[in-house]
Amino acid sequence: MSLLSLRNLAVATAVLLAGGFALVFFHAPNDADQGFIQKIFYLHVPLATCALGGFVVAAVHAIRHLRTGDAIHDARAYVSIHISIIFGVAVLVTGSIWARASWGKWWVWDEPTLVSFLIVFLLYCTYYPLRFAIEDRDRQARYASVFAITAGAFVPLNFLAVRLAESLVHPRVFATAEGGMTGEMWLAFLTSLAGMALLWVTLVRFELVAKSASARISRLRRALDAEAPAGTRSRVAPSVPSTATTSG
Amino acid sequence: MPALPLDEAGKYVAGAYLVFLALVLIYVAIMAAKLARIERELGELADLAEERSSNG
Repeated sequence: MSLLSLRNLAVATAVLLAGGFALVFFHAPNDADQGFIQKIFYLHVPLATCALGGFVVAAVHAIRHLRTGDAIHDARAYVSIHISIIFGVAVLVTGSIWARASWGKWWVWDEPTLVSFLIVFLLYCTYYPLRFAIEDRDRQARYASVFAITAGAFVPLNFLAVRLAESLVHPRVFATAEGGMTGEMWLAFLTSLAGMALLWVTLVRFELVAKSASARISRLRRALDAEAPAGTRSRVAPSVPSTATTSG
Repeated sequence: MPALPLDEAGKYVAGAYLVFLALVLIYVAIMAAKLARIERELGELADLAEERSSNG
């Protein structure tokens, strides 16, 4: 996980997202049914796809953690959920803006797509209190992994429930009775989706690098503290629990 | 529901994309603060290690 690859990843993300949004506004035609407001689709759907995909990735890392006991998989699961929750906030806000423009309401409670996503989002919001309510690091990691696997299994169910729902209030841009998206729309959508997926990967790796550096500093601090004469210890290790910097 | 006119829809589309941009910027700002803290702590530890080695 070198910084060089992280920099390349960040540049690729910026190029792909900028290219995708340029295609959205300058290449893809306006939707015949929804008009210009459909441009939100190219932002909202890739965000939702990456958020839900990120939760599944977290479940895979959690399974690997339980199988191997390697803490790096637990860290990856934690960071995957963390970034997916941030994406989830963006999904809910952009979705609400789209709903307001399309339906005249910020939120519709009888629409399964919205409510099921909100349930998944709130479910994952409980990950933090569950995790940090446990002091023992090993137990914390194990319980968090079990949660990530269980909640991760719920994500495909959420997707299936939405597809099986009969309501057509929420726009179904992929397959409408009129024939779906044009080639230009698909190109813009797939480029935006690729850019958003790269953004997710970049942010996850960025966060992991920062956490790794923070953990190394804590170890170094403890090592220096162990060597320090009694009178100078407070300078090296203030009365902060050593888990505080490495657990999150 | 009929499609909104461009001037009306444009506000919502701009709002959605600006929200996304703002979230990314907030995240980057938080991470920049974290990295600054890490750099400061690393500097403190490096100074301490140098001090120890010079004291023998």
